[in-house]
Amino acid sequence: MTQMDYGRAAKYWLLQDFFKGMAIGLKYFFKPKTTLNYPHERSPLSPRFRGEHALRRYPNGEERCIACKLCEAVCPANCIVIDAEPREDGSRRTTRYDIDMTKCIYCGFCQEACPVDAIVETPNLEFSTETREELFYDKQKLLDNGDRWEVVIARNLELDAPYR
Amino acid sequence: MADFFTNNWLGIVLLTLGQCLLILVPLLVALAFLLYADRKIWAAVQLRRGPNVVGPFGLMQSFADFLKYIVKEVVIPAGADKAVFLIAPLISFVVSVIAWAVIPFNNTWVLADVNVAILYVLAISSLGVYGIIMGGWASNSKYPFLGSLRSAAQMISYEVSLGLIIIGVIISTGSMNFGDIVRAQDGNWGIFNWYWVVHFPMVFLFFISALAETNRPPFDLPEAESELVAGYQVEYSSTPFLLFMIGEYMAAVLMCTLTSLLFFGGWLSPIPGLPDGVLWLILKILFFFFIFSMVKAITPRYRYDQLMRLGWKVFLPFSLVWVVLVAFLAKFEVLGGAWARWTWGG
Repeated sequence: MTQMDYGRAAKYWLLQDFFKGMAIGLKYFFKPKTTLNYPHERSPLSPRFRGEHALRRYPNGEERCIACKLCEAVCPANCIVIDAEPREDGSRRTTRYDIDMTKCIYCGFCQEACPVDAIVETPNLEFSTETREELFYDKQKLLDNGDRWEVVIARNLELDAPYR
Repeated sequence: MADFFTNNWLGIVLLTLGQCLLILVPLLVALAFLLYADRKIWAAVQLRRGPNVVGPFGLMQSFADFLKYIVKEVVIPAGADKAVFLIAPLISFVVSVIAWAVIPFNNTWVLADVNVAILYVLAISSLGVYGIIMGGWASNSKYPFLGSLRSAAQMISYEVSLGLIIIGVIISTGSMNFGDIVRAQDGNWGIFNWYWVVHFPMVFLFFISALAETNRPPFDLPEAESELVAGYQVEYSSTPFLLFMIGEYMAAVLMCTLTSLLFFGGWLSPIPGLPDGVLWLILKILFFFFIFSMVKAITPRYRYDQLMRLGWKVFLPFSLVWVVLVAFLAKFEVLGGAWARWTWGG
């Protein structure tokens, strides 16, 4: 016959684990809660946060993108499509700049590859839509995003500059 | 007027219906808030806030959920037995509600003052397993079937020790009527007159068996998410699911009420001198429901063989020995008949 472990048996019959658990449970019951009331409270975001895309402009209103297609080349998800033609004044510009946001993996390679800081990812993470089609962004949508988020984008780029 | 309600058959039917509503409506409303309380307590232990959007402090959450459930589509699986599939949640719900007919809320505040009240409650709560096993079987799907099989085995195992524990209380009282059981616990010492003193270890056994009987954690094997998705509820949606859920919580509250009535003096006041009343019973039920919720938050789920071992190799022999012990203690009126309250008179 095996040796009887009286200490363990006593713990079992006196429901020691249960009462210990109850004490810990009650301790946490009265602790301050860690939940954020999301739409009203938000957690801080890093300047490097990669959210919705945007195309930026120069301060004089000229769009930055020069249609080099580096972002299209580097994109691992193949979600960027660019067509380019010379404009009337002879400069090289995009006629089409589409991002399929349903394909994008938010890796940030496009903004790393961009030589003129044209394509960037804004800290905006609330751009869900009710239909799939609304997530196929075209050039106009991306430029609008750039206009809307320019202040935040510029500040984030400045904050992140020392580390690049 | 009084004659109409006691002699005319229509009057008797109307009176009984009125009394039923008087129990059922407050009970269902209370249940809505208990569901909310359960979620809040569970959340608090996990450092979450819980529902806090609908109404002040989220108090209306259960009503929002209720609305959501009843406007959703009832999905019936193609391979399911339609009739049985839809009857199962009804059985589960009705059975958990009708058990309340014999529960006294105060001295003489009882719908059906029958002599075999405990037997009735035990029989009814055993019937609850039919709802679950029919639901699982009629779903014609693997997980619900496994879940319902587990549930049936579990409820049968723990009912045995539950019944034996109650027999000890019946021996002490000499009656199966809940009113008599509570009145037998009345005395000059208040809280120390109640059965939890003389039936001390059985209080814990009863409470743990009650957890297992109502499929609450840590014995929620029939709906163990990690193995069975949601057990017998997998194929259910909308109102049938709501009925299952209400039935489950109603059974849990019933078990809290039984614990208060059998071991903690029902509506009796714990301090001698303070008036007895329905408020004490409500406070006791709330206290035990709080412990039910806390247990849900602090315990990990049992493995199936552990559950069976606990039921058959620990609880059953222990409660059986206790019944024999109580029989002797009552027969020879040990300690002035603390286990034989019928000798005290009154």
